[in-house]
Amino acid sequence: MQSWLGRLALSLVLASAPYLQAAGKEIVIGVAGPHTGANAPFGLQLWKGAELAAQQINEAGGVDGRKLRLVKADDACVPAQAKSVANKLVNTDAVNAVIGHFCSSSTIPAASVYRESDVLMITPASTNPRVTEDENYKTKDCSALTDAKKKESCELGNYSPIMRMCGRDDQQGVEAAEFIATKLKAKRIAVIHDKDTYGQGLADAMRAHLKTIGLEPVLYEGLTRGEKDFNALVTKIKATKADAVYFGGLHSEAGPLLKQMREQGLKSAFISGDGIVSNDFVSAAGGEQFVSGVYMTFGADPRKFPEGKKVVETFRKTGYEPEGYTLYSYAAVQAIVAAIKGSGDDRDGHKLSKWLVENGVNTVMGQAKWNPKGDLLKSGYVMYVWDQKGKYAEVGQL
Amino acid sequence: MDFYVLGQQLVNGLVLGATYGLVAVGYTMVYGIIGMINFAHGEIYMLSAYLTAIGVSVLSYWGFGSPWALIALTLLFAMAITSLYGVVIERLAYRPLRGSNRLAPLISAIGVSLILQNYVQLSQGARNQGVPTLIDGALRFGDQEHFFQITYMQVVIIVVAFISMLGLNLIVRYTTLGRACRAVQQDREMAQILGIHADRIIAAVFAMGAAMAAVAGVLITLNYGSFDFFVGFITGIKAFTAAVLGGIGSLPGAMLGGVLLGLAESLFSGFVNSDYKDVFAFGLLVAILIFRPSGLLGKPIVEKV
Repeated sequence: MQSWLGRLALSLVLASAPYLQAAGKEIVIGVAGPHTGANAPFGLQLWKGAELAAQQINEAGGVDGRKLRLVKADDACVPAQAKSVANKLVNTDAVNAVIGHFCSSSTIPAASVYRESDVLMITPASTNPRVTEDENYKTKDCSALTDAKKKESCELGNYSPIMRMCGRDDQQGVEAAEFIATKLKAKRIAVIHDKDTYGQGLADAMRAHLKTIGLEPVLYEGLTRGEKDFNALVTKIKATKADAVYFGGLHSEAGPLLKQMREQGLKSAFISGDGIVSNDFVSAAGGEQFVSGVYMTFGADPRKFPEGKKVVETFRKTGYEPEGYTLYSYAAVQAIVAAIKGSGDDRDGHKLSKWLVENGVNTVMGQAKWNPKGDLLKSGYVMYVWDQKGKYAEVGQL
Repeated sequence: MDFYVLGQQLVNGLVLGATYGLVAVGYTMVYGIIGMINFAHGEIYMLSAYLTAIGVSVLSYWGFGSPWALIALTLLFAMAITSLYGVVIERLAYRPLRGSNRLAPLISAIGVSLILQNYVQLSQGARNQGVPTLIDGALRFGDQEHFFQITYMQVVIIVVAFISMLGLNLIVRYTTLGRACRAVQQDREMAQILGIHADRIIAAVFAMGAAMAAVAGVLITLNYGSFDFFVGFITGIKAFTAAVLGGIGSLPGAMLGGVLLGLAESLFSGFVNSDYKDVFAFGLLVAILIFRPSGLLGKPIVEKV
């Protein structure tokens, strides 16, 4: 009997160990994303950004003397795995907050885990609208409540612990559609996607906005992620005589698609979203000559903000070019740290979120402000164009 | 229907099918001799994509100007290294399991496949890699406006695919090694009693299978220009499907299955819908297997009594 009790006590102590640790000195931040698999380059961007931010904050004395510790969580852009690493981050690692995930199809299931355990998650990269628009967590009406305490907790609950450091696809699709219709003056537009939450969501946003300006895509089709041969689809696009091809998806498919278009002599403009914002797009397309002239929507280049200049230089000194979402991830760490410092709470996602919404944060990417749903108030998408050297720059600034 | 669009789709399908067939002959050969599905075959293909990049850059650094010589030497280099891999994998992961449960080597193969994938990711990085286009240009049929084309690289793929299928077939049929292979396939114990070193024959089969994966890897990589550590997965699955479709164990069957699968995918995505091309291709597989359970050219298995 005694040993049974002893074991129970021991197991209770062991089970609570992570929580004791969390209440201790360190602040643990999970960095979740595709650290392996075909999208690992993006996972690397998230990790590099968070790593440097944590290192610099720790060198400057940490958060009120507490050091930051990062935990890498690999979802490989597989939705089921995303949910299980989210559970691991929350239960085993007892994180204070999470940065990630990357693929919207992973972020959405993982976000439900963080919501249920009230952990703050800031995604630097997931642009699908459904990340912050969860049907099960609608804004509640708290005005009828009379009990002050209940009212307060109800209002607090309306600050979503799921936030982003990036824009949304319904904004991104609109920007691209406007560009295609007014600047490129394209009439016959083929819309291709990769059948994934992010890619198809972007393609849908594009199609929806084209409709409102009176254009109907000549082709709307999906390809399969992971494949390299899209020749059949290219021939089909060619037969539609499209003058612009819009692709919703990631660089590993965008590259071969683009290369095969050019090889088959199809010269239409190629436009895509922020899923191709990586130097890997160049090698995926088989060389600089193919990416030249490709258009892409992306948030205003964080590498150009004055706040970010120093950080960019530090990155370049280590031989790493802070491309794509690196600085978004850096900014997410800054936001988490600011919220923990400011709100005085280190674990409650709603309280951290409330502080962020009310105060905003100065980050390497300029000032960030959110609405209670967790979306950025200002997230201007800008059109970029790739050049023959395999670099991208804002349109009109070449 | 536009004649040129149809022509182009047929070319697309044929090329895609030839790439499936090239990988599939490796699967089917190993299966034909020792009755085991070598799921690591796709990863050997992936390794050879990296070897291509290494070979091409080293050789062009040494100043090899002619693209054809470059391709030939890269092929030899990749085949040599991957055969080594094939033999080592067989020795470490499959031979100790020979004679055990049929499922054990299968699981072991999946394990090898994961190990290779992660080993390449860790040592080479997760990034997309590219190789330069070595051979430009295409054969075009038609006028300036309307034409269909096949690039020279695609011609090479189709020709090499058929030559290697025929070559392997000849080796298995007419050489001493081939005869020994068939003997081991029919009755390993009896073959050993008659003085055939079965372990050595099986190692040779794995070396040949891996060399075939290298042929596929080099040519396909040079054609599409880009690869990462994950390319072996989808290609492996598709090639395995092609091998089953054609009748696993049959070399001409692998090629036939590959071309059929490629044509089915291309024509369906070209004229119906590319969203559902895999549904169509695998539906076709199911339909064929219902009527011919051992594939198109496979021999029905007769239970020995």
